[in-house]
This record gives sequence, C-alpha cells and structure tokens, in this order.
Amino acid sequence: MKDAHVYSHYKEAVIGSIVDLAAEHDDVVFLDADLSSCIGSTTFQKAYPERFFNCGIAEANMAGIAAGLSSMGFVPFIHSFGCFASRRAYDQLFISVGYTHQRVIIIGSDPGIVAQYNGGTHMPFEDIALMRQIPGLSIVEPSDAQSLYSLTRQVYESGASAYIRTPRKGICFRYSPEDEIVLGKGVELADGKDVAIVATGVLMVDAALSARDILLKKGIDATVIDLHTIRPLDTELIEKAARRCGCMLVMENGRYPGGTGEMIAAHLARTVPVRMDFMNVGERFGEVGNLQYLAQSFGFTAEAAAEKAESVAR
Amino acid sequence: MNSELLKSLKDAAFEIRCRTIREIASFGSGHIGGSMSIVELLSYLYFHEMDVDPSDPGKADRDRLVVSKGHSGPAVYAALSLKGFFPESWLSTLNQGGTRLPSHCDMTKTPGIDFTGGSLGQGLSAAIGIALGQRLRKMEARTFAIIGDGEAQEGQVYEAAEAAGAWGVDNLFAFLDQNGQQLDGYTSDIIPSVSTVERWRSFGWDVYEISGHDYAQIEDAIEKAKAVKGKPHMIVMNTIKSYGYIPGEGVKANHSMAITKEGAKEAIEALREREGR
Repeated sequence: MKDAHVYSHYKEAVIGSIVDLAAEHDDVVFLDADLSSCIGSTTFQKAYPERFFNCGIAEANMAGIAAGLSSMGFVPFIHSFGCFASRRAYDQLFISVGYTHQRVIIIGSDPGIVAQYNGGTHMPFEDIALMRQIPGLSIVEPSDAQSLYSLTRQVYESGASAYIRTPRKGICFRYSPEDEIVLGKGVELADGKDVAIVATGVLMVDAALSARDILLKKGIDATVIDLHTIRPLDTELIEKAARRCGCMLVMENGRYPGGTGEMIAAHLARTVPVRMDFMNVGERFGEVGNLQYLAQSFGFTAEAAAEKAESVAR
Repeated sequence: MNSELLKSLKDAAFEIRCRTIREIASFGSGHIGGSMSIVELLSYLYFHEMDVDPSDPGKADRDRLVVSKGHSGPAVYAALSLKGFFPESWLSTLNQGGTRLPSHCDMTKTPGIDFTGGSLGQGLSAAIGIALGQRLRKMEARTFAIIGDGEAQEGQVYEAAEAAGAWGVDNLFAFLDQNGQQLDGYTSDIIPSVSTVERWRSFGWDVYEISGHDYAQIEDAIEKAKAVKGKPHMIVMNTIKSYGYIPGEGVKANHSMAITKEGAKEAIEALREREGR
C-alpha cells in the first residue's frame, strides 16, 4: 500500500486516495457541495476537471445526480460535512441510491464533536444510525491517515456503496504501509484479558489507548480494538474479545441509538452476552468549542474511558 | 407532422390508454389520473423519438427516460408492453405481491424503466446525472424526464433546475405534466403552480409551453428544443388529469380511483366512441 506519510492532513489522505483511484479507473467521479476547498477535492478537480462537479449547497440534488451517474456505470464519490452528507440528503441516499441498487461512496467529514468551531448545527451524531438503515452500505471510520487512505481504496474495490466518516484537519499515523488493514476486519491494538475496549475513529481510538495505559497502572489489562469498519461488523473479532474479557466498553463519537455501541450490544446479546458500557454523546445536541473543551464537556477523555472500563470490569 | 405518423401515434395512445385502464381495473384501483395525462407524450417518446431497443433494454448508449412522477407507472408499463419490453399479460399483475410492475416505476423490477420514481422530487436530479454520464461517455444519447406539477412543489426540483441550467445540460429534455391537480385536489387550491414558463426560463432552461395532448405541438417543441444548444430543455405541457379515462375527467379526486372490470369496459367503449374508432 502507498505510504500515506506524504500527506499532511486527513483530508489530503482521503482525496489523495480518490485521485489515485481516478488515475486507474475512468469510472471514478467526484461531486462536492460547496465544501471543495474544505476537504481539498479541488485537487481532484485540477487533475480531472471533466469528472468533477461542484453541485453547490444542494446536498439532496448532489446525491440524486450521483445516483444517476451510478446508473450510467460511474462510481461517484460525494462529499459534505457528515451532518449534511447524511441527514440533509437522507431520502435521496435511501431511495435514489439505496433502493435503486446504485453505488455511491459518501464522504462525511468532521464526525461528531470534531466539527469544533462550526458548532452544534454542524455535528453529525446520528449519521452512523442513518447510514445503517440503508441495506448493503458499508460504513468506515478510520483512526489514522494510513488506514484512511487504504480503506478508501478498499471501499471502491469492494463494489458496495459506503459512508466514510473522517476528520479533515490534522493527521496521525497509527499504521505503516506494511500493516494489514482489511475492510471489514477490526484491528486488535492490544490483547488484554480484563476488559475489551472497542473504539471507532481517531478521537476514540486515541482515548482508548490512553485509557489502557491508565488501566495498566491499576493492574487492569485491556484489549483495545480499532473498529475502523463499523459495517459490516467484524463479528468474529468482537465475539473473541467478549469471550476473552467477559466485559466490554464501546466508545463512539456519536449517538447510541442505532450507533456502533447499540449494534455491538445487539450482536453480543445473541451470541456472547457480556456486561457492557458505552461512551457516546448521550441525549445532547452539539455545541461550539475547541476539541479539548468539547472532549471534556462530552466526557470523551482517557480518564473517563478508564473509569467506565474499570467499572464494567468489576 | 405527417398524417401517417399522426395516425400511428394516436393508435398507440389509444391502445396504451385501454391497457392502462384494464391494468388498473385488474387490481381494482390505481393512479389513473396522472397516468392518463402523459399518454400522448409516452407514445411520442417510445414510438417516435427515443432510441430504445426492447430486445436489449440495457443497451448502454440508449436514450433514457426518467418518470420522476413514478405514480404514472401504469401508463408507462402499458407503453413498455406495447413497445415489446415484456408481454401484455404482465399488466394484470400490477401491484400484486411479487409483481415486476409496482405502483411506482422501479428500475430494479421492470425492463425498460431507466430510473426509479415515487419519492417525488428526486427524478430530475437523477436525470441530470444520467445526462452527464452520457456526456462523459461521449454518447449522442439523450435523457428525457417527466415531472408533475404537484411534484414540482418539492424543493429538490429547483436544486436540480439550477444545476442543470448552470451546467448547460443540453442533452436533458424535461417535461412538466401541468394537469393542475394533485392528490388532495387542485394545485390552485393548495400550492398554485404559477409562472412555470418564466420560472424554468429564469433557471437558464430552454422552455416551451404546449398542449400535452397535441402531437403536433409535442413534435414542434421537441424539434425546436433539439436545435437549441447549451441549455437544458423544459416543455411545459398543459394537460387534463385522467384524460381519456372519461369517468375521471373533471373529477377532483382523480389521482387514484377505483375501477371495476365492468367499469373498465364501459370506459374503453366510451373512449372508443369519443375518438370515433
């Protein structure tokens, strides 16, 4: 896999991946909704101007146009902030894309509280739940730039529609180009025996790893899973961790109903019932602030995660 | 329009209407009003204008039709069966469990349906995508779309109108079935469909207003539109909801009506008589 260290921000990694795909496949097209400069799809536009469409601030129309292009054999990537890419265009994604068996890959940027200074109107908390209602659609939330690059390629190659949930700004690397990142298979970053922590996305996987360090000092050895693919769920890995640890904490930067935690709880209730706890936004709407403030406000800290994990383990 | 073509189109329209009435009667009720109002257009498109091949419904470079007002499905199915996309016998399965002919047009079920309609307001966007796809593939093919005047209360229609106008999607030919009625009654009593010609023109479209039941006017508008480059085309068709299903003409609640098999026979005879057949 190409080394994503050439990129300086998550947005460059996801767009870079799509530009590389477009070089190899003439069916790749890109549609944006006036957030081209925010995600950097201007790079795609420069490379493939005839295959780029800025639809303006009209997400529903963008989703419908993408569905039409798909029916002509193209594979459209569409982008908006996660809240608009999901909520605003939902019936279009459900009917014009899902129901018609068309294929569109949706990039929803700035997941959950990552929207920071854009505030509560721009925070997608329920995008996972909405996307889960569309049969056959994959959902990925990579936790670093290398897996973001790789999984973007893999969702294209998978032949399915997909929702890619990603931050735009900043960058971190958890994986090297040699690491095996496989769509649909979570990564066990630590294999402790006392409590399983399943986390999605950059913010939560970071917090989960830090929580593991705190827990180790207390003699608690946690498993940490980077669940970069939320759907289809890696049931084998989740069941294995539940069996080994006998308890589980699921951390997601979003809402519980219909989200990752509820999905895993529903699966384990049928297969390996274990004691569980959850970290999510609860019943709150979003609010403005920097990431540090918001993480504190929503309780998305390593300390809070360690506390929940310790509690569920006892 | 030469008389031979006119006669063949009128014959096709009559047959589509008869099949539509029988089809809906086979189920017992259905969307007769918005089906009957577009029959002249459907017959013109399928039997004169569009490059489609019933023996190869998936032909990549075919012309495509998006019936965004998907509740017109019964008339579209009647036209497709007459064109040879599937046997006429399928029509009696309308809306039955397991049918390939659901109440609203569904591209995953029916040969010849190019895009799904039914969740109103969505089809024109898809039609733009199809037209752009034809362009990207350097095809000569065109995309046709039919929207309703009630449907055009949906905001997405104007997102699509703006984009197609801005991008000059000139292989897109849209038709507004302006029959003046919607499910709850007359559009003038609900949300009036006003200044539609000016409206679409202001979005940068090449616009015509015609009678949707007059073949000469349909032909004239389409031929003129084909000569205009750089703009998408909108043909506003003034129509009569339920036109040709006489018991529904002039009836306020004619969006969906119950039709018995006996009623269908009588309606077809009445239409035959009115048309002097």
